[in-house]
Amino acid sequence: MAEILLQTANLDRYFGGLCAVKDVSFTVPRGVIKAIIGPNGAGKTTLFNLIAGTIPPNHGTVFFRGRQITGWKPHSVAALGIARTFQTTKLFAHMTVLENVMVGRHPRTRSGFLAGMLSLPRIWREEGDSKAKATAILENLDLAEYASEIASNLPFGRQRLVEFARALATEPALLLLDEPAAGLNIYETKELADLILKIRGQGVTCLVVEHDMSLVMNISDYVVVLDQGRKIAEGPPRDIQRNPDVIRIYLGDDHAQHP
Amino acid sequence: MHLQRYLPVIAAVLAVVVLHLALSVADATYYMTQITMSAYYALVVVGLCLLMGYAGQVSLGHAGFFAIGGYASAALTTSNLLAYQHTRPIAFCRSLGLLLERQDLYGTSILSFSPWLAFAAAMILAAFIALIIGLPVIRLKGHYLAMATLGFGLIIYRIVLAADGFGKADGIINVPPFRLFDGLQVNGRAPFRVQNYYIAWTVVIAAMVLTTNLIHSRIGRALRSIHQSEEAAHSLGVNTYRCKLCTFILSALFAAAGGALLTHYNGSIGPSEVTVMKSVRYVAIVAVGGMANLWGALLMGVLLNFLSLRGVFGTYDDAVFGAILIAIMLFAPDGLLRMPRLAWPPFLASRRSHG
Repeated sequence: MAEILLQTANLDRYFGGLCAVKDVSFTVPRGVIKAIIGPNGAGKTTLFNLIAGTIPPNHGTVFFRGRQITGWKPHSVAALGIARTFQTTKLFAHMTVLENVMVGRHPRTRSGFLAGMLSLPRIWREEGDSKAKATAILENLDLAEYASEIASNLPFGRQRLVEFARALATEPALLLLDEPAAGLNIYETKELADLILKIRGQGVTCLVVEHDMSLVMNISDYVVVLDQGRKIAEGPPRDIQRNPDVIRIYLGDDHAQHP
Repeated sequence: MHLQRYLPVIAAVLAVVVLHLALSVADATYYMTQITMSAYYALVVVGLCLLMGYAGQVSLGHAGFFAIGGYASAALTTSNLLAYQHTRPIAFCRSLGLLLERQDLYGTSILSFSPWLAFAAAMILAAFIALIIGLPVIRLKGHYLAMATLGFGLIIYRIVLAADGFGKADGIINVPPFRLFDGLQVNGRAPFRVQNYYIAWTVVIAAMVLTTNLIHSRIGRALRSIHQSEEAAHSLGVNTYRCKLCTFILSALFAAAGGALLTHYNGSIGPSEVTVMKSVRYVAIVAVGGMANLWGALLMGVLLNFLSLRGVFGTYDDAVFGAILIAIMLFAPDGLLRMPRLAWPPFLASRRSHG
């Protein structure tokens, strides 16, 4: 079995009296595409936020690359190699596409306030590198023609891709995709599936929260099913499709065949 | 592209020289006094523009930082150390040339800290206070941050008004000129008028070059990204808290430098510089200039302060700035310079996202 890239152990998260995530443990081996599915309110996005450091868990731990990252802030998590996209795209609306992606170079570059103000020569080199890397990523995602467009002027589907490009610019080992197919039509969803496979092919492990079942079943190697904050099933897509508990939460008791 | 970003710098240098020549020809060089003062006020505005327009953080306490710079410089350069001249630390400072000996109007000898030392101390003090205040308050967002900084401004105002060492309601007078180098000094007297006009503009334009460089750098991009989506910026590895805190300190330093230099220029500072309305005024000017528009902030900072200093607004001075703030928010939230959606020349249009 491949190296374990990400591991969560007994994660709990409450919001007031509401238990959003309860005792969730799972692992993500390097190089796979793993999907997290579940009905609305199952705690999928909360789980993402716990991994990415947006909110800390009440109990439990997150390990990444063998290090305990529980309670780390998002910027430190990003620097260690976890990038994410958002359920509703959060582009920097007034910046160009290229600048958006260049922000993604932040954790891989160093120059600070003083160097920036004095415009020291080493900044020029770093800026040149950042620009070259960002451009290469845009080309890789067929976005090069939009490089100098203001991000908010792009059609929605392209904006989502820019968010991908921006996340990839941080050189992540693990990419967290929060409902990447939301709002896309079936053609765009097909392109998205190809893109996620391509990104995985380039060595980036992907963890995907998704509602689109055909997408999930097509691209993922493993699926984790959450319901009311708890993990109720985990396994390859084929097994998950036949799992009676999973069928019950999605379709109701009548449809679940008991063996 | 690099050259393009400095075009406004070149334009500003030319404008400064042309303005000098025009005033000489029109025999109206006395205007230069208020222009010089306006330039120092504009320094505060430029720093605040960086904080508000780029990092997206409001401060209603910048008059407080202006006052810290001004009052620290004034207090250190006016306190008479003659009685302590034989104590070891004072003698040591004297041997290093860090003290200034002079005589006041009535011929009393005064031994005080030199303006250079006072200036350095004022900057360090301002940075330290900005750090202490910023550590907790910069975590706040929107109006909570505005309220917290407002509170800070009020505290500084009351301290200045209550403390004997700061002259209470009278402020501090007889602040000596600031000798920069041989022959160059920050001095408000008429013979130094032209010299000071250029000193002030050199300081301001240097500040503009530094901030222009900054907003086009990695940090500048990070600041703009924080402004537009803090959550996304954070997830991309930007240490949003530290970036905002550093910008807050930097912007406080600009305000303090403006305060210190203007105090030496005027030879005095009083509590009217520290009122909340002064802070509101700086915010209003940044808004008029177009928030994320350094050159707009500079232009409006000089223009509006100049009109105010000339007394154009009369007794309605503060009311005018309040009204300006309301009007801008209602009718031109992108600032006066961008209000009519004019067709921009292509080379400017492409740079609008940068300001």
